[in-house]
Amino acid sequence: MTLEIKSVTKRFGDFTAVDNLNITIGEGKMYGLLGANGAGKTTTFRMILGLLTPNEGAIGWHGKTISYATSSQIGYLPEERGLYPKMKVEDQLIFLGKLRGMNVADAKQQITYWLDRFDIPQYRKKKVEELSKGNQQKIQVIASLLHKPKLLILDEPFSGLDPVNVEMLKSAILDFRNDGATILFSSHRMDHVEELCEELSIMTHGQQIVQGSLRDVKRGFGKQNVRIKSDFDLTELGQVPGVSHMTKSVEGAVFQIEQEAVANELLTRALHYGPIRHFEIEEPSLHDIFVAKVGKEHA
Amino acid sequence: MRDFWIIVQQTFMSKVKTKPFIITSIVMILAVFVMANLSKIVDTFSNMGGDTANELVVVMADDTLYQTLVEQVKDKDIEIKRSEKSNEALIKEVKDEKIEAFATITVDENDMIAVTYQTNKMMDDNAVVLEEALNVIQTAKQTEKLSLTPAEVQTLFTPIAFDEKNISTSVKSDEELGQASVLVYILTFLIYMTVIMYSGMIMTDVANEKSSRVMEILISSVSPVKHMFAKVFGMGLLGMMQMSVLGIAAYIAFTTNKSVGTIGELFKFDNVSPMTLVYCVIFFILGYFLYAMLAALLGSIISRTEDASQMMMPMTILIVIAFIITMSGLGNPELAYIKWASYFPFFTPLVMFLRVGLLDLPVWEPLLAIAIMVVTIGLLGWIGARVYRGGVLMYGPSRSLKDIKKAIQLGKE
Repeated sequence: MTLEIKSVTKRFGDFTAVDNLNITIGEGKMYGLLGANGAGKTTTFRMILGLLTPNEGAIGWHGKTISYATSSQIGYLPEERGLYPKMKVEDQLIFLGKLRGMNVADAKQQITYWLDRFDIPQYRKKKVEELSKGNQQKIQVIASLLHKPKLLILDEPFSGLDPVNVEMLKSAILDFRNDGATILFSSHRMDHVEELCEELSIMTHGQQIVQGSLRDVKRGFGKQNVRIKSDFDLTELGQVPGVSHMTKSVEGAVFQIEQEAVANELLTRALHYGPIRHFEIEEPSLHDIFVAKVGKEHA
Repeated sequence: MRDFWIIVQQTFMSKVKTKPFIITSIVMILAVFVMANLSKIVDTFSNMGGDTANELVVVMADDTLYQTLVEQVKDKDIEIKRSEKSNEALIKEVKDEKIEAFATITVDENDMIAVTYQTNKMMDDNAVVLEEALNVIQTAKQTEKLSLTPAEVQTLFTPIAFDEKNISTSVKSDEELGQASVLVYILTFLIYMTVIMYSGMIMTDVANEKSSRVMEILISSVSPVKHMFAKVFGMGLLGMMQMSVLGIAAYIAFTTNKSVGTIGELFKFDNVSPMTLVYCVIFFILGYFLYAMLAALLGSIISRTEDASQMMMPMTILIVIAFIITMSGLGNPELAYIKWASYFPFFTPLVMFLRVGLLDLPVWEPLLAIAIMVVTIGLLGWIGARVYRGGVLMYGPSRSLKDIKKAIQLGKE
């Protein structure tokens, strides 16, 4: 099953929230949507869910538009977490499961499975407001996975979780991907996207400024990082032609270069000062790309 | 349709189980039982007060008059105590709250009695008893002087035979009217209360779902319009259940209680036409839906529960005006402004019910009002659904009615 977003534009009055967005996600694929706040991610998700109608373009799931008839196949984790604070965890999950077309017995069985998997079976009869933020977050995630959706839309799934729980959640999401679900998720955490997604988009002000597979995006960026660790002062190396940016660290410095040849130049020069302890040419991180692209847009 | 009922069930169950709902229901049932047993309770309390003798201090010169007075009030719950103290001393005693009141009784040369009654109470029953007793004594004395026989005295005091009958075509029979006005009074109050209570509950519920952001999840699986109608319907079921429980409680309270006394007489509705009861149910349900739709609509454009009371204001004002008009019309339901008000849909459930209950109206009048209400409810549902669609996606400090326009705009998108 494929999710296709074809040249979608959404305007609110004079304001263009999403401008000519194109995304295609195949079955068993995970797609990362990156963007600063207000970039149009939530609007995009709402359009996919059919809560908003695009002004131009079309969104198709499996060749058809998404409506309430398909809602049992969709799992949605909104950015602003939403649960009834006064309702018990189990009642809440049964209610939301029923709304996604489950029967009570199935829902109960799935609740047991997920609460055990997330290591929180003791909260089954507790009210949501009595749980810690991280545990509420887990319940929220369970609510979006309970009915075994084929299309998962996760808005910032990892925010507010500690590293142990992030790993727990990642493995759950990866299971869904391996079972053939189509997954679209947004995050501020570049490392998560880098780790999980084959393909990604970076949005800013409604524009899709970067798009494609992780490898292509990195190659297309055209810049690499050179990391040198040394006991000597490397500040002057920042002046070498071809170095676009330098970040000093305690142990040495990281240089952003535009051509691989510059790396050799840097190595030769660094060795002039004295012995070095470490030299590495790194691929640019998604973080670098994001800052360079979005930062430029902001400026 | 399945998700509609899931939301209805959730709305209903989550409210039924809450403490405030259970407590309000219990308090209401208790209130009904207290009312049914009011005369008993009042008796119990006045007996308790009966331990302290009800004394009345009198200052009077005439010994025979004193004897006659004591004789006259001997079956009454009052004890005459003669005092020789001065006026000033007694005033001081009243002010110091040693005694409650005292009467200075004088008799002039024509045997006419004059009383100065000085008391610290707003309403003193003893004064009435004393006045009555002295009146009897004076009449007896004066008629004796005129040498009239008791039979002659009797004829003197017999009132004329005065029989009032209403022959207006639209006014009901006296018995029916009396019972109907009690019924109208109670039911108007009930409609007024439930409408305020339940529409308030709908509004805070919707606002709650928005502020806790559950709404986003809900409307991604159920259409906002369906959600709104399910909410209104579920809360309506809750209301009907609470009213039925209350009705059953009232029935038990008044039928099991043999000594209901005067209050029981008030609650006899056997002369009320069954149509009045049918109209009552109709107006109750329609009134609920009308205000509930409005509440859901307004609830959808606010995003915090704190703003709910502000949004309740216009609704509360409407229903309070309807209530005031009804109460003012209880004495004279045929006034023109009441007739006109009864067709205004937001007033209809109270005002038209008043007219239907107290007057013999041609059938088309209530039917027209019902039709206007149904159309208004439909219209409100139609507008409400539009506002709701956008409103539930709208967050921020929205609490003015301007936001309705914004919500409709967003709903279209």
